[in-house]
Amino acid sequence: MNITTEQLITQIPKLKAGDKVELSGTIYTARDAAHKRLVEMINKGKTLPFDLENSIIYYCGPCPAKPGKAIGSCGPTTSSRMDAYTPLLLSKGVKATIGKGPRSKEVIKSLQTNHAVYLVATGGIGALLSTKVKKSEIIAFKDLGTEAIYRFEVVDFPVIVAVDSKGKEIFIR
Amino acid sequence: MRQIKTDKISETISRLCRQSNYFLPEDVWRALKESYKKESNENARWTLGQILENATLAGQKEIALCQDTGNLEVFVKIGQEVQVVGGNLKDAINNGVSNGYKEGNLRKSIVADPLFDRKNTGDNTPAQIYYEMVSGDKLEITVLPKGAGSENSSALKMLIPSDGWQGIKNFILDTVKEKAGSSCAPLIVGVGIGGTFSSVSMLAKKALLREVGVNSGNPYYAEREKELLEAINKTGIGPMGTGGKTTALAANIETAPCHIGSLPVAVSMQCHSCRRLTETI
Repeated sequence: MNITTEQLITQIPKLKAGDKVELSGTIYTARDAAHKRLVEMINKGKTLPFDLENSIIYYCGPCPAKPGKAIGSCGPTTSSRMDAYTPLLLSKGVKATIGKGPRSKEVIKSLQTNHAVYLVATGGIGALLSTKVKKSEIIAFKDLGTEAIYRFEVVDFPVIVAVDSKGKEIFIR
Repeated sequence: MRQIKTDKISETISRLCRQSNYFLPEDVWRALKESYKKESNENARWTLGQILENATLAGQKEIALCQDTGNLEVFVKIGQEVQVVGGNLKDAINNGVSNGYKEGNLRKSIVADPLFDRKNTGDNTPAQIYYEMVSGDKLEITVLPKGAGSENSSALKMLIPSDGWQGIKNFILDTVKEKAGSSCAPLIVGVGIGGTFSSVSMLAKKALLREVGVNSGNPYYAEREKELLEAINKTGIGPMGTGGKTTALAANIETAPCHIGSLPVAVSMQCHSCRRLTETI
């Protein structure tokens, strides 16, 4: 189904693990180093570079864009590396995260508590996913290079609901 | 002695960095297509279809197959009749990497210090370089851009002789079951058996350089490879861990002599974006 990021957030209770979604709207990239900084800023009570309330975080560190393109190759990175940070971010209003691979029990529980979902995009298809990003802009932590926070405007970005808000997951373990 | 200029080496490395990241090797492509035909699982077909579409697009547009353009592993075979002129070989290789990653719009994924401040070096150097002296007057260079997702899933265990093949097989299957979902399956599973703690991991890594679909030249290990691949695919983990018949495209075993009291085993995981390229100067 084709839905906007706003529709996704309002439909979270209805989304089921295994649902395929083509997502359009705004998402923010953050991976290891950006997560570390975001959590440090929260703990110090600082203002964050973007509003976490109803936001979607994409675990991604893109390649540089070729001239004339919005972004370079930009597939998902392994989500489990962000597990330690995710429950706090969900408690601050993040409604969906996009990455690849299974999550910890703590994250699955936190998704249920905070009425949020975990989505996966296919890993290793960064070239294809780059065609779904129409605009990109670095909004924070530029010094981190590829690990900076980018705001992506995506159209029909293909994901699967991997863990739904009831805690059901699609992974074979 | 045959003289080879460092400039020539840098140019070659730069080209290998770009081409290996844009073009999926033919053997990997073929194996993925065959898997796509065999899969009936809906998630597996969705994933494999995207992987094949991605490979076509990346090659056509010359953009990176995967945003994780890796920690570049460089395997250099130096003919003993070769003399490198114009500087030192290590600098020539790293200059080539720096140029290739900048010119090729490839991601820079290396931090200078692993723990202290993890500051990005900005040009994807230094590369991981392995030298081997061989006979002849050629320089053979193989690059393997290795992403962190699959590399983090690799494992090593010092087994003992009585553990035997069953112990080895159990260790490999446990590693695959635990890690395949986050290592971008379908995988190529490289296995090293023998040697020592330090050399067994290199055996496993070198097993990834073998063409998909080619079994070990040793009939005993060729059988073990088939047995292993079948067992891995029976787990049902599937592409990206979301179910299916295709958890691995190949399981390759490389071996070396070892101590009477040892049975070292290493598993090197390679994601489906199995990028490798060789050029001989």
